[in-house]
Amino acid sequence: MLNKKKVSRIFLFLVLGIFVFYYITPLYVMIVTSLKTMNEIREGNLFSLPNSINFESWKIAWSGRGEGTSDVFLKPYFFNSLKIAIPALIISTFLGALNGYALTKWKFKGANLIFLLFLFGTFIPYQAILLPMARTLGFLGISNSPFGLILVHTVYGLGFTTLFFRNYYVSISDEIIKAAKVDGAGFFKIFFKILLPVSLPILVVAVIFQFTQIWNDFLFGVTFSFGENAPLQVALNNMVLTSASVKYYNVDMAAAIMAALPTLIIYVLAGNYFIKGLTAGSVKG
Amino acid sequence: MATLKINNLEKRFKQTEVLKGINLNVEEGDFLVLLGPSGCGKSTLLNTIAGLEESSLGEILIDNNIVNDMDPSERDIAFVFQSYALYPAMSVKENIIFGLKQRKISKEKIDQSLSKIAELLKITELLDRKPAQLSGGQRQRVAMGRALVREPKIFLFDEPLSNLDAKLRIEMRREIKKLHKNLKTTMVYVTHDQTEAMSLGTKIAIMNNGKIEQFDTPKNIYNKPSSVFVADFVGSPSMNFIKGSLTSNNKLISFLPNNASENDVINFTHNNELQNNSSVLFGIRPEHIFLKKTHAARVTKDENFAEIEVKAELHEYIGHEQIITFSYLGQEILGKFSSSIDVKIDNKMTVFIDLNNISVFDKDTKQRI
Amino acid sequence: MYWLKKNLPKIVLAPSFAVVLWFVYGFIGWTFYISLTKSKLLPNYEFWGIHQYVRLWQMPRWHIAVENLFIFTTLFIILCILIGVILSIFLDQKIRSEGVIKTIYLYPMALSFIVTGTAWKWILNPTMGIEKFAHQIGFENFQFDWLVTPGMSIYTIVIAGVWQSSGFIMAIFLAGLRSVDDEVIKAAKVDGASTFSIYTKIVLPMMRPVFMSAIVILVHLSIKSYDLVIALTAGGPGISSDMPAVFMTKMAFGRSEVGLASASAIMMFATVSAIIVPYLYSELRREQDAK
Repeated sequence: MLNKKKVSRIFLFLVLGIFVFYYITPLYVMIVTSLKTMNEIREGNLFSLPNSINFESWKIAWSGRGEGTSDVFLKPYFFNSLKIAIPALIISTFLGALNGYALTKWKFKGANLIFLLFLFGTFIPYQAILLPMARTLGFLGISNSPFGLILVHTVYGLGFTTLFFRNYYVSISDEIIKAAKVDGAGFFKIFFKILLPVSLPILVVAVIFQFTQIWNDFLFGVTFSFGENAPLQVALNNMVLTSASVKYYNVDMAAAIMAALPTLIIYVLAGNYFIKGLTAGSVKG
Repeated sequence: MATLKINNLEKRFKQTEVLKGINLNVEEGDFLVLLGPSGCGKSTLLNTIAGLEESSLGEILIDNNIVNDMDPSERDIAFVFQSYALYPAMSVKENIIFGLKQRKISKEKIDQSLSKIAELLKITELLDRKPAQLSGGQRQRVAMGRALVREPKIFLFDEPLSNLDAKLRIEMRREIKKLHKNLKTTMVYVTHDQTEAMSLGTKIAIMNNGKIEQFDTPKNIYNKPSSVFVADFVGSPSMNFIKGSLTSNNKLISFLPNNASENDVINFTHNNELQNNSSVLFGIRPEHIFLKKTHAARVTKDENFAEIEVKAELHEYIGHEQIITFSYLGQEILGKFSSSIDVKIDNKMTVFIDLNNISVFDKDTKQRI
Repeated sequence: MYWLKKNLPKIVLAPSFAVVLWFVYGFIGWTFYISLTKSKLLPNYEFWGIHQYVRLWQMPRWHIAVENLFIFTTLFIILCILIGVILSIFLDQKIRSEGVIKTIYLYPMALSFIVTGTAWKWILNPTMGIEKFAHQIGFENFQFDWLVTPGMSIYTIVIAGVWQSSGFIMAIFLAGLRSVDDEVIKAAKVDGASTFSIYTKIVLPMMRPVFMSAIVILVHLSIKSYDLVIALTAGGPGISSDMPAVFMTKMAFGRSEVGLASASAIMMFATVSAIIVPYLYSELRREQDAK
């Protein structure tokens, strides 16, 4: 007689297994397609394996076909995104930490209201600010430049970083700050010597979140830049959309994988850690 | 070592008055305990003295200097927190000397003070460890060390022993008392534990709802509580309150419990003349009730005791003592006796009340008469 | 000097706060004002009333966009929550390889919408994708051309979107499940409840706040859908899978209808606010009560 518990256990693994396939399949398809030649793609199907591992399309996706072609290739745009992401995330994370600290450890009237205004700002649909932002970047002379996008991502990242740090610092005992005040430490000394050393978990969350947001952004990129100054995802989309005579699906897939690689690697290495930090904030609201 | 004077201190938080008209006068070397239930304002008062919270009205004077506008670090105080509040990323040594470094004290002086304190508190081996690696008791001692090393005028303690287990708590209590004896520094200590308060304090301020109910020596608070609240809060089990009425004939007072006959009147003398009062509470502590006449006679002065008829209902045995619940004229009273005496439950019996240790309160005002 | 020290926290917050006030609220205000003007290519600050909104709601294309938003949001929420809840419950059953499985379920979240769109565009490719695969394994008559069928293209966006976001919903439900007090479960077991009814009658009802959070997050994601649509269908075929976010951008930068685009943006903003504001209010109230 089959144990009831065993049956439900098997059912459990079956369902979980099916979903593993569900999530993995697109990645599998992408990888497999990127390693095939166009002939193999035409003859085979989505799931068929390549006859041999061929990185040709990867090379083309990264650095193009060589002189004289007008294809989009990823290399310069990859570095554009990097140039934009790193300054923006450093500034917004640092400011977010200071903001979270000021909002939670120093009581003053209106602290809650200010926090609410930051928080609400993270929910707005960006369509509501695209037009005025475009004009402002024009006025400042930084439209279609990395500085423009750095400004945009910093400004709209502030709400998120402030949220993360504020929620994190709320749960750190106020008495530690009081003890530091009794010991004679001031605002910045307390921040740098006492709070920051124990902020590593949330710093990781904030940095990963910001990097992912900025690296994966398309809307801001396509609205506030064009041509050579575009960030990676815009370039990827352009590459895929090129309605040239022949569609090189393998190159498209290789490009997609390369565009996803940084965030994917970060995610595999620090992902569970990141999720823990993120969901802790979400569940508590 | 310094004096602490608080004049008409008030603190408002949003719309509620958290501290109402606090007046305290603490002498040099006093050990003042702020005792009261949760939410009575004792921690708030302590934080205000420290400068960690602002007062709305009134003055705080340390050594006759008004300190209201001074930062905590300028008031020459030290604070021991309930959660110890050790800096998590720093070693024990860095935790202790952090305050000294902020005041730019010379390295030699710092090392000197550190080794002295470390030896005193027996934490020399722990100096390089981080707080997370310490036990509760060890953390508590480090918190004490951080406070001691400042050599302040006043020590402030915010329920420092609440997070320790019972045995450790009693041990540390003794350590704190020893510390006070040796240093002779003025100390202000917050707790909700009345045993702790009674054993540590030279003066106790019992607080309730933001006000000080009574400010007196432990002995007076125990023997002459100024209100029902104080009488009920201090002493375990707490004081018995018998409802009844009072008639006064010069200095001879008669207390008639409710639903009692003329025969059950208790007569006693009082220093002052009292007014007739139809609703009073007659207070007698369980330990001031005796089972045998001989015991009563031995303890009370001038054999000043009263006899009453009760029926034993419940019996609780706690080691060397027992607590008996009696029914007396329809009211319940508790008596505390040595366990060596045999008491039969559900029996009618006579017990004896020590009239030198009674307290009478007006039922409505709850104040001592 | 004392004033400086006393107000330092506020001074530190001031730049960020000013930035947010300007770039968020100020900009929304500007967009709102422009939606009340005749602006075409360039902003025209002359007040025109609500005519842009009237125009907007008379446009069939906007109707299609709103309808698509509705279809997408509904399916998106239902499927993500269904999958998320089921997977979280299953993963809560003390599985040894939980970490690996969780990583697999969650990785789509790390991908950009463009990458996701590109991948699914290939998978759902009418002649080369899943249709071809089905043919090759024997289902000769299988047809899957949703991507290029006007009525069905919106559903391809649902498929890709659910694939990307359901893992995250699973993660927050799992965190919620784990925060349920063990003792409540033990009491239920002593009372003789089966695992199934423990989940349906006791645990899931306790998850109300998590459901709320999940719905809010999903609605928010849905209204913002731009990248995914562009990558997968570019709003097509034609305008059949248009969504408000795509509509706005096309009007603003493609058709030089700045006033109209602003009106559509404000419509999006109003919709999001209508959901977020009550949600934030109840969340902050909950936090205050818990203090």
